Amino acid sequence: MERTPDAQIDLRGTPCPMNWVKLKLTLEEMGGGQVIEVVLDDGDAIRNVPRSAIAEGHRVLHVTPLEGAFRLLIERAGAQGA
Amino acid sequence: MTLGQADKLVEKRAEDLKAGGLIPQRQKGKITIRCKAPGGRVTAERLERIAVVARKYGSGVVHLSVRQSPEIPYVELADLDAVTRELAEAGQEIASCGKRFRVSTACGGCEYNPNGWTDTQRLALEATERFFGQPTPHKFKTSFSGCVRDCVRARAADLGFQGMVEPTLIAENCTHCTLCVKACQDDALVMTADELPVRDEDRCISCGDCIKACPFDAMVAKGVGHAVYVGGKHGKHPHAAYPVAEFVPDDKVFAVIETTMAWYREHGGKAERIGETVDRVGIDSYRRALRGIVGDALLTAADIAKPRWRRVLYRGLADTFPEYGDVG
Repeated sequence: MERTPDAQIDLRGTPCPMNWVKLKLTLEEMGGGQVIEVVLDDGDAIRNVPRSAIAEGHRVLHVTPLEGAFRLLIERAGAQGA
Repeated sequence: MTLGQADKLVEKRAEDLKAGGLIPQRQKGKITIRCKAPGGRVTAERLERIAVVARKYGSGVVHLSVRQSPEIPYVELADLDAVTRELAEAGQEIASCGKRFRVSTACGGCEYNPNGWTDTQRLALEATERFFGQPTPHKFKTSFSGCVRDCVRARAADLGFQGMVEPTLIAENCTHCTLCVKACQDDALVMTADELPVRDEDRCISCGDCIKACPFDAMVAKGVGHAVYVGGKHGKHPHAAYPVAEFVPDDKVFAVIETTMAWYREHGGKAERIGETVDRVGIDSYRRALRGIVGDALLTAADIAKPRWRRVLYRGLADTFPEYGDVG
């Protein structure tokens, strides 16, 4: 069962590392336990961005392949309501 | 004192200087002092003291050597004792040059570097504590890289250790998201018909990118160890290192160093680096010695013919290697 995202960001066409920077800043605005829907290009973006998110403690809940891109649901690190 | 005795004294003094990590400069009476910094790590306190000493006794500059040592140039030979004492007060020791085991170099390793798999900092520190200054036929440089990116050039060291990881799949955790396949830049992972990633062991370079990419703890580390390279050097006549072992565990690293230095002392010619010794004496002689320590982790001719080894070396380099024979 998929969670309804609290925020969305389409990072298609945004090159590394700006895609990660934008996602990171957006996550910082969000509360702990909230979920963001992210769309990332195939290639460098999908290779690097999820890994950076995982390394910072965020949780990838779901990955869906799209045409030339991927849609991810990412839960922000930290306790709920934090 | 005769002239011959004087010459000997001068020669001995030059060798003493090198042993003590002092490098004579082209400016008469000036020396460069090489500070010991295993793995290129220096505490802030020591770094501050190096700066103070450089300002007081040198020319106010510090040079970072290619092998991670902070060097203080333009010190007067007459000030040597004071410099040594003032550095020692902050716990800063002097390094070494010449024909001996040198301070080990290392990357950040698994402690804080996102790519590292092995604790290169700890190993470089301990290797230096155990072996620093021990005599060898020529200089003997070791380095520790935490992963196959090999930032500190294990593949160009007399004896290099490079972290590697064996990934394995916990199928029940896999959501078939394909991020691991995307992360692999060596075409070593493919999705099968039942949508599980399968690894081609001959192509996998043991970098572990698939493990770090997996969001679901499905691709995990089964084992971590070191690739061992021997015989590398740069300089006027560079020599590429030969890969000789894989997945060597931490607890065998120092035995590998000891065995390699013993083999080198036994077979090495005067002023001959170990790469040249290996070529002259035969790589199988060294491999036989190493086998006693690493056992089946020893690489064979069949192993190094695989893409997983060929692709981590300069293109075509493996074709120039001596033949690895059967050493039992």
